[in-house]
Amino acid sequence: MGKKWEITFTTLVTFGGAFFASFPLFYSTSFGGAYWVWILLLLTFVIQAVSFEYIYKQGNLYGQRTFKSFLFINGTLAPVLIGAAVSTFFYGAEFAVNKDNLTGVMPIISSWQNCWHGLEAVAVVENVVLGLAIFFLARCLAALYFINNIDNTSIATKARKQLLINGIGFLIAFLYYLVRLLLKSGWREDAVTGLISQEHCLYWHNLLQLPYVTAIFLVGVVLVLYGFIRTYFASRWRKGIWFAGIGTVFTVLALLLFAGFNHTAYYPSITDMQSSLTTANSSSSLFTLKAMSVVSLFIPFVLAYIWYVWRKMDKK
Amino acid sequence: MNVDVSLIDWSRAQFALTAMYHWLFVPLTLGLGVIMAVMESLYYKTGNEKWKRTAKFWMKLFGVNFAIGVATGIILEFEFGTNWSNYSWFVGDIFGAPLAIEGIIAFFMEATFIAVMFFGWKKVSKGFHLASTWLTVFGATISALWILIANAWMQNPVGMEFNPDTVRNEMNDFWALALSPIAINKFLHTVISSWLVGAAFVVGISSWFLLKKREKEFSIDSIKIAAIVGTIGIVLSVITGDSSAHQVAQKQPMKLAAMEGLYDGGNGVGLVAVGLLSCDKEPNDGKDPDIFNITFPKMLSFLANRDIDSYVPGINDIINGGYPTEKGVALSTQEKMDRGKLAIAALADFSKAKKAKDSTALYDAKQRLDENFKYFGYGYFKAPEDAVPNVSLVFYSFRIMVILAAYFLLLFIVVWIINHKKKFENMKWLQWVCLLSIPLAYITSQAGWIVAEVGRQPWAIQDILPVMAAVSDISVASVKTTFFIFLVLLTVLFVAELSIMIKQIKLGPEAEDTLHG
Repeated sequence: MGKKWEITFTTLVTFGGAFFASFPLFYSTSFGGAYWVWILLLLTFVIQAVSFEYIYKQGNLYGQRTFKSFLFINGTLAPVLIGAAVSTFFYGAEFAVNKDNLTGVMPIISSWQNCWHGLEAVAVVENVVLGLAIFFLARCLAALYFINNIDNTSIATKARKQLLINGIGFLIAFLYYLVRLLLKSGWREDAVTGLISQEHCLYWHNLLQLPYVTAIFLVGVVLVLYGFIRTYFASRWRKGIWFAGIGTVFTVLALLLFAGFNHTAYYPSITDMQSSLTTANSSSSLFTLKAMSVVSLFIPFVLAYIWYVWRKMDKK
Repeated sequence: MNVDVSLIDWSRAQFALTAMYHWLFVPLTLGLGVIMAVMESLYYKTGNEKWKRTAKFWMKLFGVNFAIGVATGIILEFEFGTNWSNYSWFVGDIFGAPLAIEGIIAFFMEATFIAVMFFGWKKVSKGFHLASTWLTVFGATISALWILIANAWMQNPVGMEFNPDTVRNEMNDFWALALSPIAINKFLHTVISSWLVGAAFVVGISSWFLLKKREKEFSIDSIKIAAIVGTIGIVLSVITGDSSAHQVAQKQPMKLAAMEGLYDGGNGVGLVAVGLLSCDKEPNDGKDPDIFNITFPKMLSFLANRDIDSYVPGINDIINGGYPTEKGVALSTQEKMDRGKLAIAALADFSKAKKAKDSTALYDAKQRLDENFKYFGYGYFKAPEDAVPNVSLVFYSFRIMVILAAYFLLLFIVVWIINHKKKFENMKWLQWVCLLSIPLAYITSQAGWIVAEVGRQPWAIQDILPVMAAVSDISVASVKTTFFIFLVLLTVLFVAELSIMIKQIKLGPEAEDTLHG
């Protein structure tokens, strides 16, 4: 893991930059409002990066146990916080946006409507459940990664045991969240007037009205389950990480598309419905999005050299 | 405007704290990267194992430093949103793009090839390994490019226009942003001046080995490369620094006036070599601005306009206006504030007219906004003096940077010559000087950033958005708390880094690291 933490970290940095560039109003509203959630998340990743690099170094002043604790905090808290933050894309947050403020005496356009500044997100059961789902999923993927990359029977046996325990935990949390999500109301924008209104079972409707997204979602879930189940039962089969990993990407992508496509408010304000963020009212200008699209053409090239380099490194 | 002043100050303090910590690690990454890549190139070219051994040792220290540099860097990216949310909205359309490009193009390159650099000695060919080392250095350097493009844009906003419909600035010319002369110059100056830190570090640590009578050949070889890289770095930094000061004179005259402690400008103004400012000097108070100074006659005029007799405005001139510029007579700061308030009022009228669907009023408001938008940010000021940065901090930081850079140029040249004559190994006093000069290199680098960033105040975006209108709507208590969390955490991590670094140095080139084989 110590060899690859940089890639994880880089993905996080790129996520931040891409969100900033693509949805500046989300960046300003959520980061500036849900201050404590983002700061805590940030702190967990800062200690992670340093821990991976310093834990086994000679001269480690604080001892291995300190950095192991840091990694434990990162591994436990970060998935739950990420889950809670992502869940607010569906369950909303308490904020208001008023661009006219820029010309007033208090020229800040986004304001949080409670004093908890994001910590209230962990008081919503569903947010915590998604956090737990991500926590268990991360542990399952780690177990699959160990099975695939470490040629050791004892580790593989332990990893399979962990896969079962965490897989069950993931399934319970994920199914609970999914059922609640499909039955809940959501905020949808009128394509003509731009006004936002409540709609019952909005995400269920999105599931029916966006068949290609539903297909991605189902393929993702099937791949994840296939990776889990086959790895657990077929003791010689080690490729589960590829199926579960790709399945995770598909599932998360589909969930985010359900959150934002079809004129859905992807960041609902539960205190001022019209302040809710949609792709139409919060994305960057067409020029910037085009520029970013051109830059994103580099991604296949980046993936190609990462694949090539690691293939070379893992070969011998 | 009712934004709590202490919220602005604490937000600035937190950003300054995290940025200064981050900048303890980045220049060493950039400078040491070049030096170790040159060493590995010599190994590739000559096949001499001593260069491999030398390069590997410095790579080990590079790795210790690199990790914490990456970890502290992400804090800044998040802070644009958490602490400067209004800024993130107002210019996110422009500022976010370089950050995303930095991630996709530069960070992945660094993250991928650094693994080969550390773990690939026995897994890939010599050529592939060398290419990976250079790609790591290149990745680190171009990551600096994109963030410095973003920073340069804050100093000189180009390639954009204000869109009153969306109430934000939007990019309309990517290349104007990416290839702005200020951005290119800032990139070159920042990256190349970082070579000074890398060189001072290598020369200093190598001197320590000589003082301890260890690793003689390794130390002599390391000093040979580092002194050359350091000398080249400083010479090029002088050239880019001169261009930078010229650009500051054209685009940020208040910053230049602060750098010089110049209150009353004129023709043929001298450049202050050393001086002591009066503590209680305020703009337009009639008091002497300095207790004493020694100047190079007419040099500031030359630096600013490439003409020894040209006019350079001082702080009072910029506040009072009326001095000649290329575009006519300069407005006073009060006049700019009035026009800024007109722009803000026009934006409010635009919004009202849009809601009322009154096309005539909409057109009129847009006209007034376009005419005055250039001074939009001045509309948030309460008094003309709000436009003045912390003069003494900028003035002294500028002198510290320049004087120390000159000191290092002399030091590197002397060390290289003496080392070349094979006398350095016997000159203990010079070895001590080199060792004790390491912190001075960091001070030089930090002072440069203080000039650039404190000199930019009170602007987040020059003339468009002052920091008081750029902050997030959060409580002062929250920012104070996170300030101290970051202070403690970064100090703890810095101490961890120093401890590991010192241990690795003590172990020397022979020691095999537990992980890095």
